[in-house]
Amino acid sequence: MTRTPQSRLVGRIDGDIVGILLLAALLVIVLPLGLDIFRLNMVGKYLTYAFVALGLVLCWGSAGILSLGQGIFFGIGGYCMAMFLKLEASSPEATKIQSTPGIPDFMDWNQLKELPWFWEPFHSLTFATIAVVAVPALLAFIVGLAMFKRRVGGVYFAIITQAFAAILTILIVGQQGYTGGINGITDLRTLKGWDIRTDEAKLVLYFVNAALLIGCILLCLYVRRSKLGRILVALRDKEDRVRFSGYDVANFKIFVFCFAAALSAVGGAMFTLQVGFMSPSFVGIVPSIEMVIYCAVGGRLSLLGAVYGTLLVNWAKTMLSESFPELWLFAMGALFIGVVMVFPNGLAGLYQQFIAPRLRRTAAGRVDEAADAGAPIIPPHTAAD
Amino acid sequence: MFEGYSLAELGSIFAMQGFAGLILFSVFVLMALGLAIIFGQMGVINMAHGEFMILGAYVTYLCSNFISTYAPALFPAYFFIAMALAFLASGALGMLVEWGMIRFLYRRPLDTLLATWGLSLILQQVFRSVFGAREVGVVLPDWLMGSVAVTDTIEVPINGLFVMGLTMAITIVIYAVMFRSRWGQGVRAVMQNRVMAGAVGINTEKVDRYTFGLGCGIAGVAGSAFTMVGSTGPTSGQLYIVDTFLVVVFGGAQSLVGTIASAFTISQAQSTMEFFLSGSTAKVLTLLTVVVILMLRPQGLFVLKVRR
Repeated sequence: MTRTPQSRLVGRIDGDIVGILLLAALLVIVLPLGLDIFRLNMVGKYLTYAFVALGLVLCWGSAGILSLGQGIFFGIGGYCMAMFLKLEASSPEATKIQSTPGIPDFMDWNQLKELPWFWEPFHSLTFATIAVVAVPALLAFIVGLAMFKRRVGGVYFAIITQAFAAILTILIVGQQGYTGGINGITDLRTLKGWDIRTDEAKLVLYFVNAALLIGCILLCLYVRRSKLGRILVALRDKEDRVRFSGYDVANFKIFVFCFAAALSAVGGAMFTLQVGFMSPSFVGIVPSIEMVIYCAVGGRLSLLGAVYGTLLVNWAKTMLSESFPELWLFAMGALFIGVVMVFPNGLAGLYQQFIAPRLRRTAAGRVDEAADAGAPIIPPHTAAD
Repeated sequence: MFEGYSLAELGSIFAMQGFAGLILFSVFVLMALGLAIIFGQMGVINMAHGEFMILGAYVTYLCSNFISTYAPALFPAYFFIAMALAFLASGALGMLVEWGMIRFLYRRPLDTLLATWGLSLILQQVFRSVFGAREVGVVLPDWLMGSVAVTDTIEVPINGLFVMGLTMAITIVIYAVMFRSRWGQGVRAVMQNRVMAGAVGINTEKVDRYTFGLGCGIAGVAGSAFTMVGSTGPTSGQLYIVDTFLVVVFGGAQSLVGTIASAFTISQAQSTMEFFLSGSTAKVLTLLTVVVILMLRPQGLFVLKVRR
């Protein structure tokens, strides 16, 4: 770090804002013009995972807390939205062939006679929207409170969040009558009378999603730039020193964990709206850890990198599993190993190492070696304790 | 939950479920012992542990096919050959992985977690390409079939008894290796104080490699035992990995006794509840209890007191 924090901040504001504008241009102008509605809807689906990746950049990259349970929050957000949409789709007129009209079809198949109590409030869109963010944040708060106050961290935290992902999946699959079981909540039709299955609706939802994503990136950027963001980095690198400086480390960790959970949940809700269903296959251990790799490929320290990483990995997944399904797991496995062993800073790291210096040289017309030293690189001891 | 059962029936239900729990316990113990050695000694999270187990299971499967085709006379004893081969195969692969990957990541436990997860995906796909996506099972020799009737209402299967005996024997062997041999002393020395162990002349890198190999080898044996009670598919290992990690963490990562005790508690709780509640509810309740206890007591049940 050769430059003072002040000048680094000024230097980075430009770069980050330009990067966000470029991303916005790509998402709002280039992709809608270049892709048909089917592919665009697919990109929209990928972008919902980017919310999770953003949360992980803050939680894992900045604060060093690896959560392997982000699928939980993505899922809960998605389910909250799906419950509202499902109730709207199961009006008494639409479901009059059922033995109990007015309840979702899977409840009828499971011989439920009336709507369970926790479904009742989801008749209201306002409640559902609040629940999308509030329920995951509350859950994250409870888990975070229990664990961080007792100074559980590192791999233990990772394993326990993973166990939670397993528990929630088993619960959802097991309680068919209340949750739709392994198929999830399907056949969602309208949002306040507006059909979400049409092409126009998909287009509108894509733009809403892109705008929300850009908004969330700005919010994350704000958090990272604030004093809070600096404390997060400090507690990642030297937790004890932060504690001895008089900060309550646990509270910061709880905050960032809840924040990441809320972001994931927004992604989940947008997923439900764009794809039209929600199922436990987005909640469990495997999707949760895949979401970590989206973030890792993009670069665990870079917000924009996380978005590009998510897009790239998902695009590769779709391409490969369309043409060579058996290659996909090999590629995924290699990606996990490669990103850890060869390029721990992901795409963003490669960019900062190879492309950014050249850009700067061309722009400034001079060799600026000192600036290279300012690029954030994960110190080898980051996750050691 | 207990309505409609007489006391005698309840007794035999508990006995039968207890026995089913003991088989689950055996698989848990074998898997968790290997994991506890690797996690406790090196702090490495090996997410591919389940795949090392499945490798052992596939080796057993191949061995049973090979012997029944080419040397039917040996068939009654094939299991012992298979077990040795499974140990060697998984152990060798483990040492290779340690050499090629893990040794660069010792200071970054979260990264080993991701890297070994990648490894597990690759191994799963290898299994799927080589053995097919369908589950395979082995043919048990005659002497392992059938069951012993203890009373009129309680019957215990012989293969279950065999797996339990095997688990006990392996546990004793591991105990002897870790706590009674000079090599085990070296392993424990490295675990407690790496720098000092190096300073007194222990080759810590070599110890690491063999310890990792031993842990993976035990997983291979676990896979061998697993074929006795269930069928093997490419993703069977993944089903057990979270449970096993909970077992290890619940028991206290560095205590082998704790691992066994927690494997016992978890498997018994799960299989007893399974009879009265549905399988999924039993599993949720068990996992949830374990997680809640871990939140209250993060260091696990048994703590090895080491001055750091």
